[in-house]
Amino acid sequence: MTNLLELRNVSKVYTRGLTAAEPTIALREMSLTLKEDKPTIVTVAGESGSGKTTLAMLLLGFIDPTMGEILYKGRNITSLTGAERLAYRREVQAVFQDPFAVFNPFYKVDHLLTVPIRQFKLARSKSEAQRLVEESLTAVGLRPEDVLGRFPHQLSGGQRQRINVARALLLRPRLLIADEPVSMVDASLRANILETLRDLQRNYGVSIIYITHDLTTAYHIAKSIIVLYRGGVMEAGDVDAVIKSAQHPYTQLLVDSIPWPNLDQRWGETSIIARESSKHDPGACPFMPRCPKAMDICKTRPPLFQITPHQAAACYLHDQKPALVSQRLSELLPA
Amino acid sequence: MQHTTLDPATVAPSPVGAAPSPVSHPVLRVNSLEVTYYTDLGRARALEDVSFTLEAGQKLGMVGESGSGKSTLALAMMRMIKPPGRIEGGQVFVGETELMGLSEEGMRHARLNKIAYIPQGAMNSLNPVIKIGAQMVDAAQAHLPRESRSAINERCVHALRSVDLDPAVFHMYAHELSGGMKQRVCIAIGILLRPSVIIADEPTSALDVVTQRQVMETIDRVQDQIGAAVILIGHDMGLMAQFVDKVAVMYAGRLVEVSSVREMFTDPKHPYAQALISSLPNLENKGVFRGIPGLAPSLLRLPGGCAFHPRCPYALDACRSVRPDVLNLEDGRRVACHLFAAEAFHDQPA
Repeated sequence: MTNLLELRNVSKVYTRGLTAAEPTIALREMSLTLKEDKPTIVTVAGESGSGKTTLAMLLLGFIDPTMGEILYKGRNITSLTGAERLAYRREVQAVFQDPFAVFNPFYKVDHLLTVPIRQFKLARSKSEAQRLVEESLTAVGLRPEDVLGRFPHQLSGGQRQRINVARALLLRPRLLIADEPVSMVDASLRANILETLRDLQRNYGVSIIYITHDLTTAYHIAKSIIVLYRGGVMEAGDVDAVIKSAQHPYTQLLVDSIPWPNLDQRWGETSIIARESSKHDPGACPFMPRCPKAMDICKTRPPLFQITPHQAAACYLHDQKPALVSQRLSELLPA
Repeated sequence: MQHTTLDPATVAPSPVGAAPSPVSHPVLRVNSLEVTYYTDLGRARALEDVSFTLEAGQKLGMVGESGSGKSTLALAMMRMIKPPGRIEGGQVFVGETELMGLSEEGMRHARLNKIAYIPQGAMNSLNPVIKIGAQMVDAAQAHLPRESRSAINERCVHALRSVDLDPAVFHMYAHELSGGMKQRVCIAIGILLRPSVIIADEPTSALDVVTQRQVMETIDRVQDQIGAAVILIGHDMGLMAQFVDKVAVMYAGRLVEVSSVREMFTDPKHPYAQALISSLPNLENKGVFRGIPGLAPSLLRLPGGCAFHPRCPYALDACRSVRPDVLNLEDGRRVACHLFAAEAFHDQPA
């Protein structure tokens, strides 16, 4: 079976200026495989600076990896030829965080939907184009007559974000990169957008990489989760296991800090060690400076230790478990 | 317009008023506050007859969809509404001072001194080319012209300490700080003069969960130290559950329910509050998404009667024509909904 998407030891290093003091490793040796025949939703979670948006940019081909390669249907995305590149551009779509910024305020919202139809020659006639637009709007739960012909400022944030999803859907993508799609949307509308995304995966066979810092929505929408911290994978596996019994101290801190809308589930008592500015030993566990359980051995970077078939944590607290080479990360993620 | 005086304590400042609960002397009393925006497309009533009270040390959560008037309320209380918006009426008492009647100069002194506002995205308002300390000193000096420079410096360092920042931050620039640290600098500026009311408008919306928790815990501790009342504006009900004592729900410019946080989460009364609570994700109902059907109404074209009736599953005939007044229910709860007319107390002063 061919793989839809394959990341092989992908790293991205940013160097600053000519006399760069220290390069920033935004993403470190990431490996991930998505199967073509099994559409799934994978969450990539982490705080600001964890490398999650770098990952999105890499997958969309906006930036090139420093090391490693990204294969789409077996072809390296940096060396696609004309027709292949066009297919990749069509099949890999994105929904971004800010539903306000992606619209040009001078155009009616129809513009966002008709341009891709023209660009990718999806329709042979005007009426067919109209039908495609209406179909995709209906699929995301919007009434075409409510939104077509309007300007972006006349629509709510939730409507705009759903038009973005509709635009992506129009192109019949195989992979959707959703970078914080609901973080700027009202809580009452979040549910609608998340449901739209899940239907996309279920009914249209679209795989979704859901990038977020919000573990609550991750828990509800995804099958599996990868927790990043400073570019490295801290914990990965089945979303239920990782959130309900987090094994890495960083994931524990994250889960402990979720503001659950539940009066009996209060924020934990564990005090937070503030994130240090930038200096840290690149060879050590990245979380060591903030870890309440840091040990001497943490000065060397831990590998992933496989705790159960569907959960692994990069932490020496679990060093009695078998180590997992990072290339086999995807085996942890249930399809 | 029919005036519904919701809070008996507002009739006279005496604590002998017919308040349903024995607690007296709220530090903040907002009475029938009204704000209208005069736009080219017509008048948008952004705030209509909003009244509530808050005791010292209490935390009130103000929730609602975007456009429901949460931020307008904060701006109106600070008298910072700009044209085409206008405060049409109402009073805001902080202690014994009525803010709406103050002169411009008087209001300028009251801001930061009596009532502090931490706006949305406050951390982006720090000046990038001026050191943090200088910005704090600037704010303090404007209010305390007679205080010595060293006393003001000490005051600023003390404020930084109380939000858990190293005094070294005083000599730093904004770009040297993380988002959470910048937000805590803004809180430090907010508490420089120990105001009795602090309004925080989505103080953590741009921060990740761990930093968010840190910032909220800072606000909590600072509030304990200075005994201020805090209004937290936001739409994250999770944050409300973790932080506030009382929740006020706004819909289309009106308060539709005010309840204690426990009552709000266990037994919400207003149908909109019910929908809001049941749309919340938790650990038990994985994969169940329940949004609120329909869209928030435009303030320019509010539906007649109750503004929520087109989306309300329980709408009665009356809801389409008669706007519900705010009713006083048991335990000091207040709800604007016809469904609860039978349960309401009718002992309000006329």
